[in-house]
Amino acid sequence: MATSMSGVLGSFDHIDAACDAIRELKATGHKDLTVYSAAPNHELEAAIGDPVSPVRLFTLIGGLTGCAAGFGVAIWMSRDWPLLVGGKPIAAIPPYVVIGFELTILIGALSTVAGIIILSMMKSLKGRPYDPRFSDDRIGVFVPCRADQIVGVETLMTQYGSVEVSRDA
Amino acid sequence: MAVIAHDPSVPTQTHAEVTRDVVRTITEKPTRGYYILAGTMAFLTLVLFVTLGALLKYGIGLAGYAPPIMWSVYITTFVFWVGIGHAGTLISAILFLFRSRWRTAVYRSTEAMTVFAVMTAALFPIIHIGRQWLFYWLLPYPNQRFLWPNFKSPLLWDVFAISTYLTVSSTFLMVGLVPDIAAVRDHVSGWKKKLYGMLSLGWTGADSQWRHYSRAYLYLAALCTPLVLSVHSVVSWDFAMSIVPGWHGTIFAPYFVAGAIYSGVGMVLTLIIPLRKMLRIEHMITEYHFDNLAKLTLLTGSILFYAYAMEYFVAWYSGSPYEQVTFWRRAFGPNWWAGWSMIICNAFVSQLLWFRKIRTNLTSLFVISIFINIGMWFERYVIVVSSLSNDYVPYAWGTINPTWADWCILAGSFGWFGLWFTLFYKNFPIVAIQEIKEMIPMPRRRAAAGGH
Repeated sequence: MATSMSGVLGSFDHIDAACDAIRELKATGHKDLTVYSAAPNHELEAAIGDPVSPVRLFTLIGGLTGCAAGFGVAIWMSRDWPLLVGGKPIAAIPPYVVIGFELTILIGALSTVAGIIILSMMKSLKGRPYDPRFSDDRIGVFVPCRADQIVGVETLMTQYGSVEVSRDA
Repeated sequence: MAVIAHDPSVPTQTHAEVTRDVVRTITEKPTRGYYILAGTMAFLTLVLFVTLGALLKYGIGLAGYAPPIMWSVYITTFVFWVGIGHAGTLISAILFLFRSRWRTAVYRSTEAMTVFAVMTAALFPIIHIGRQWLFYWLLPYPNQRFLWPNFKSPLLWDVFAISTYLTVSSTFLMVGLVPDIAAVRDHVSGWKKKLYGMLSLGWTGADSQWRHYSRAYLYLAALCTPLVLSVHSVVSWDFAMSIVPGWHGTIFAPYFVAGAIYSGVGMVLTLIIPLRKMLRIEHMITEYHFDNLAKLTLLTGSILFYAYAMEYFVAWYSGSPYEQVTFWRRAFGPNWWAGWSMIICNAFVSQLLWFRKIRTNLTSLFVISIFINIGMWFERYVIVVSSLSNDYVPYAWGTINPTWADWCILAGSFGWFGLWFTLFYKNFPIVAIQEIKEMIPMPRRRAAAGGH
């Protein structure tokens, strides 16, 4: 199996040029593009057109789990070794709000981070070319394609203002 | 004359210049001054651990613990350091949700400060408990006798609040660092490239990564926001839930949160005024940022002024002689010097920031920040020590006699904090490369073609 994917990598200096190229590539039926940028950018996001990240589900589920765990642990442990103080309830809700709240935040935050890692790993970037300048000021667009499509994609990239086009075969 | 002013929140550099300037702070050989600074901090850290060793061997009696003051310098310093942390999360999370653009240039340094301050604070309850090697008894873990901690105790709430705060704020810092470490990775070579490569967790800035990352960062900020407000509230309840005169106040939670942010911004100013000069990043952290930090200081300082006044008013209005005596003795008792230091350094000095000239003069701002640090340590000293020194029965009143073990741990805590911060700013991007870039408009082909 080849270590790198076959395709074309174009670099752009201008945001509008990169967006135009992405839209055109998508319109001509190219899928599975990889767009590199040094910072998130709304124009790029719109051009790529992916739906909103499902990472919020991780936050929600983590937060609810934490909340339930916080109250659950405090209530269960109080009842497990009941100590009656001043005629107050064994499992008192108001003081346990603090524990429930803190664990909501803790598990919510940790599962959000797990969400980034898991979701980012779902799309493997192995074998896709990368250029260190993409973390600087360039925008990179990689299009995986068959050998017979390469020339066409190269022409399209150059036509839309790519400053550097290279092929990975 | 109509002049369109440049928006001071938007950096004037290009994307490439931002990377270059921030990466330079890491790749540049450290100066002799840096080694002296790091060496001093390492020495103070050594003092901390040697004293800690002595406390472990001979017991907490080495410090000035004597009835009625069984919470003294260590708890004072604990509250001081937890408070310092709050400004960092306020600036990085709350101002992020408010889309406050001035935060971008300073948030990384403040967030690092938060993590290191909470790491410092977390040492103190452990030192304070006396039998430090049994600290894990604080956690609800399954044990042979099925004894569980008391969840109704504010001290246990504190364990949960502080450990959550430490975990979540370090997570937030590390998540923010990943794309920036990747940018450093792409600009260094050799073993450093390997090391930063590992730390960047394979970040390439691909759309599939940004898509989840940007969303997740928003949710993390949203989770951090109530956390900031809750942690110091919980710390305040360590006091307010008791019935000690001077502690038993309903205003404690907001009073402590405002004080925490005030002290934290003070520490931010103390750190970044010299830091930007040492790292030559004056063009990134400008007068505009300091003006805004100073305004935040003024706001929280004024809330504190109000809280101080209200505390005295409530003590008088309560009609409780115990409460009244406590407050009378705060101002005119044996600890009068601490009481007045707190009021002058916090309530009055912060009011100087109404003047724009003072807000934008870095020397005056630095001097004020030192006053804030001192004043806020004294505030906690006044609350913790002077309240305990005179509770209900005059027979039981007492004074504090701090020993070398108190002062060495206090001085050592600055070394421990300083050492982490000094190592951090020389090895990691102290200004958030990626977020600064997000604010700079990307070059456009069409605009350029139309004649720039």
